[in-house]
This record gives sequence, C-alpha cells and structure tokens, in this order.
Amino acid sequence: MQTIEPVLVFALLLNFFILGNSRMWAVIYAVAVQGAALGAMYPIAHQQGLYGSGPEPWSTIAWLTVLTLAIIGIKGILIPRLLFRAMRDADIQWHIESAIGILPSLLIGAAGASLALVFARRLPLVGGHTSALVIPAALATMLTGFLVLITRKLVLSQVLGYILLENGIFIFGLLLIEAVPILVELGVVLDLVVCVFVMGIIINHVNRSLPAATAEHLSTLRE
Amino acid sequence: MLIWLIGGPVLAAMIAFAVPSNRWRPWVVPLGALLHLALTCYCANQVDISAFHNWLRLDPLGRVFLVFVSVFFFICALYAPGYLAHESERSNRVLCACLLLALSAMTLVTLSHHLGLMWIAVEATTLSTAPCIYFNHNARSLEATWKYLLICSVGLALALFGSFCLAYASLFAGEPSTLLFDDLVREATHLSVPWLHVAFIVTFVGYGTKMGLAPMHTWLPDAHGESPAMVSALLSGALLNVAFLAILRMYHICAAAGEGPFARRIMLGMGLASMGLTAVSMSRQRDIKRIIAYSSIEHMGMLMFGMGVGGVAVFGALLHMIHNGLTKGWLFLSAGNVYYVYGTKDTGKIRGMLRRVPWSGWMLLVGVFAITGSPPFGPFVSEFQILSTTFKTGHLSAGLLFLVLLLLVFFGMAGIVIQCSLGPCPEPSEDTGRHENVAMVLPVLFYMGLILLLGVYTPPFLQQWINEAVAFLQTAASSVRLLPQ
Repeated sequence: MQTIEPVLVFALLLNFFILGNSRMWAVIYAVAVQGAALGAMYPIAHQQGLYGSGPEPWSTIAWLTVLTLAIIGIKGILIPRLLFRAMRDADIQWHIESAIGILPSLLIGAAGASLALVFARRLPLVGGHTSALVIPAALATMLTGFLVLITRKLVLSQVLGYILLENGIFIFGLLLIEAVPILVELGVVLDLVVCVFVMGIIINHVNRSLPAATAEHLSTLRE
Repeated sequence: MLIWLIGGPVLAAMIAFAVPSNRWRPWVVPLGALLHLALTCYCANQVDISAFHNWLRLDPLGRVFLVFVSVFFFICALYAPGYLAHESERSNRVLCACLLLALSAMTLVTLSHHLGLMWIAVEATTLSTAPCIYFNHNARSLEATWKYLLICSVGLALALFGSFCLAYASLFAGEPSTLLFDDLVREATHLSVPWLHVAFIVTFVGYGTKMGLAPMHTWLPDAHGESPAMVSALLSGALLNVAFLAILRMYHICAAAGEGPFARRIMLGMGLASMGLTAVSMSRQRDIKRIIAYSSIEHMGMLMFGMGVGGVAVFGALLHMIHNGLTKGWLFLSAGNVYYVYGTKDTGKIRGMLRRVPWSGWMLLVGVFAITGSPPFGPFVSEFQILSTTFKTGHLSAGLLFLVLLLLVFFGMAGIVIQCSLGPCPEPSEDTGRHENVAMVLPVLFYMGLILLLGVYTPPFLQQWINEAVAFLQTAASSVRLLPQ
C-alpha cells in the first residue's frame, strides 16, 4: 500500500486546489486529473493484493488492463470533454460562485481533512492496511465533494462535486480490490451516471428554461 | 425463470420503443405488466429458486415485495392508455419504455442477493424514472427531475460507500471478503462491529434518501408533484417501498450480527422524524399532489417506526407497506383526474370537487380518510397493529407521539381536501370543459376495492407470506449457523 501513498497525497492536495479555485476550467481539469491518477492506481493496488498467489492468468490481466483504460478514459477524457461541451453549449459562466466564499470553504476543507485523519484512527484496520492513508484520503475527498455540492451555485459545479464524492469512494475501494471482485465495475457505473447528468444538461439545454443554469434558479419549488 | 421476470419487461420496453403509433403504444405497458404479473404468480409458490450462483434468489422477504410491485404496477399500467390519450400531442415513446424499464429494475432489486447488484438495480430505478418525471417538459418538471437525479444519486453513492464498508467489515471475518448477501448473513457474527455500524448508518442515509425519509426527503414532494399522475403513483407506491427493501436487507445483516437493537434505535428515531416533518408541513401545502407526497413521507416514517419497534410490529410494517402503497396509487391517480379536469393543482382554486368530478372527487376524499387511518380500510389495520405492539412492548412515549402526529396529519390533510370538495363549482368561464372518463376511473376503483378488501379481510396466503418474511428476517442467522461449518 506504500506505493500508492504519494498519489493519495496528490489527490488530497488537489482537493484543496479545487476548493480554492474560482475558475471553472481549472476545477474541471483538477477533478479529471485526480480521477485519472486514481484510476492508474487500480492495477498497482490490485497487483499488491495478489503477490504470492502465483502467476495470474492472462485473462485477468487483460480484464485489468481494459478496466484501467476504461476508468482513465472515462474519468480523464470523456467526462471533462462532456463538461466542456456542456459549458459551451449551455453558455455556462466560467467563474464559479460559492455561497460561503473561497477562504471559508478552504478552512472547512482543512478541518474536514484533519477530522478524517482522526476519525480513521478510531476504526480498526485489517493487518497490512495499518500504514495506509487510504481511509482518511477517501473520507476527506468525499467531504470535499459534499462541500462543493452544497456551497457551489452552478449546476455544473454540482456535477463536479458528485465526481469528487465518487473519487473518494473509489479511493476506499482500493482497500478492497483484491477481496471483492466486481467493485471497480461498480465504480464505472457511477461514472456512467455522471455522463448521464452532463448529457442531460447538454441535451435539455438547462439554460433555455432556466437562465444561466444556476442552481439558485432551481428554487421555484419550495415549501 | 427469474431471468425472464427481469428480462420480460425489458423486452416489452423495447417493443414499446419500437411501436410507431403514439395512440397504440401505451397499450404495450399494461400488456407487459400483465406478462410480468403472470410470471410473478407462477414464481410466487417456488421460494428459493436462484440463478447466477445465488446472485439472484427469490426469498420470502423478496417475494412479498415482488408480488406487491407486480400487482401495483399492473393496475397503474391500466391507467396509462386512458391518461396518455389526453396527451396525444406529445410523444410518449420514452415514457412508456422507461416505465417498463423501471418495472424491470424494481424486480431486480427484489431478487438480487448481492449488495452490489442491488445497488446497481436501485440506481437503475432512479435513472429509468427520471425521464418519466420530465414528461411535461417545462421548467418546473426540469427542476424536479434535476433535484431527483442529483439528490438520489448522491444518496445512492453513499449507499455504495456503505456497501464497501460492509465488505471491509467482512474482511475481518477471515473469509474472502464478499458482498453476497447470504455469505454476509452467515458470517454476520464475525463482522467487525465498528465497521458494521458505519456501514449501516451510511447505507441507511443512502437508501433512506431514495425512500424519502426526513431530512433527506427534499426531492420527494417536487418529484411527486411535478410528474404525470401515474408516475407519481409509481414513485410513491412502488419505488419508495423498493428502497425500503434495500434498507431491510442491511437491517437483516445487522440483526444477524446481533446488532439489531442498534439498528432499531436509528430506525425508530428516523421514523418519528419523518412523521414529525409531515405533521409540521402538511397544513402549509397549497398543491393537491404535494399533500399526498408529504403523506408518503409520513408513511415511510411509519414503516421505519414499525421496524424500529420490532416484534409483531415488523409484521405490521410489512402489511402497511402493501396497504400504504395501494392507497397511494388510489390517491395519486384520483388527484391526477382532478388535476386534469380543473387544469390546476392549487388547492385554493379547486372548489366543488364532489359535484364537478363526482367519481374522482369522492374517491379522493374517501382516499384521504383511508390513508389517515380510518376504519374499514387497510391502513387502519396495519397502523393499529404497529401501534398496539408499540404499547405492548413498553414504548409508551413513542406510541403517544405516534398518535399525536397521526392526528395532526389527519387534521392537516382532511382540512385541505374537504375544503376542495365542498363549495360551488367553478364558473363556466373558468372551467376547462374536460370530464373524467371510465378509463381514468376504473384503475382507481381497482385500488380502492383492494384496499377495502384488505381492510376487512387479510387473505390467509398473504398472512402466511408475510409471516414467512418476518421469520426470514429474524431467524435466518441462527438457522444457518446451526449448519456444520
């Protein structure tokens, strides 16, 4: 598990970059890079789990390669491209507005990351996982996702928050990769849901019925 | 056989998608539903058939839900041709196909014995019903659809995280970690307790979002209020119950691990919270469909309350799942008829419902009394069962709170609907000139008849099925553990 720790630290740093940045394109790239880097970790985590169990059949390796490429392709290329297309087609503004401002969201993010570190210590770990940064990184990334979901006003930002949430879940899944076979495939399903979201924005041109496609305009229906 | 149950509706969805005529296409929905109902009746007597290495299995608990979903969907589908005949200017291709896909996805939830597969199925119900909510293609329905998709998907992402936590908890069992439900129940006593607690709380929040429990309910009134009548009925009657089943699966694992009291405390609290929310917000509603949507939140709370009390109340909760679902179908469809005739859902503008729309007006009024627990109807029986167990098991304050909340909701709901029922009919200048017809009234009468029947008489086979489901929930762990390892 040590080999993937630098990447996890990188993912944590990206969380702060995302919280502290107000340009939409930068955030889209950051989320994409985070997703692709984590996807690349999948075969490494998988291999570590299989050390000592003898040579792998080629079919496993082939499937592993296909899945890794699919994850990197979807998270790193397909989703950002769709998001950029949605921005262009739906005339979404390039500047991100936050309900609570940049500095408070950074502070909340930092507090969340520290709490994640503390909380993860309270949960018992299976031997061999003890040194891993995996659980705190997963929790912190999920918290960042929630923060973005709650505080950012653009519909597109909410999609980005959802992807962050999903990246966090993927990090946690790295712990279980050798144990539960279809886990990563489930992660791919989550990605496809994101694609549906963005396609929805593109196809229905959320901006035509709702000017500027901000979530603030989604407030006709209330108590 | 199980594969046909899931694949049949998908096939019907493809046919519906391929049929070119907008007028004939809606008939594919009841036909597909009839096929599903026939297959379900055939399967219902053979519990424990399985497929795909136990990934799919019909167990006693799943059977209650499967049969309910199938019957409910069939009656709801009968409403489709009559309803869509009035919407002939808009293509119903996507709606019809998605309704059938939703049926397939819900069937998959009831049959899946793998937590990952179940999660995919619940996600599929969300994705397949979203286009149905957006059927009216206006700003309000777009907003409702977006909220529904986003909030439910975030909730379900959490549910997936919870399932992962459960898999991690089972790493402690020493066995190769798994998400197969049967293995988890068998190994439940070895699961790591802290991870099991985390897993239950997170999945409860996740699937609870989909089930519409307060405070994760925010999508529910919007989605139910803005979608076409039969989609609201389907969401409220069947889909919420399917999410309830997902929570029951998690509860089953917890109970098998001896952590039942922990799970029940959470369920009891969340149940009362949902009922409380409804009691507070009901009287402020000004939209006839949102009123019923809030009532859905209340009754999902009641199901959780019943599970939280435990014992005989679990029987009551499962029975109430059926009674509430069918009554919700009745209410939403009759409210849809009223909306069609008046052209508005605003309770301030609907007056003289009993004279202007005699059939649907009366049905809606009687339905409101039925859902709030008035005697000869089904919900009274099941609510009484939950409540009497509550008092018998010594949850005195919770029981009293339950009664007070019931009363508050009753006043709120009945007050608004009685106001709509009485008074003068709208002036001819304001009238839409539309009338209800047999095709719109008949399905509602079916629901009504079933609820009336269930109110005075619980058929022995149903009683036996629910008893078996309750036994399945309680004893699976110990009976499996007796087997030699």
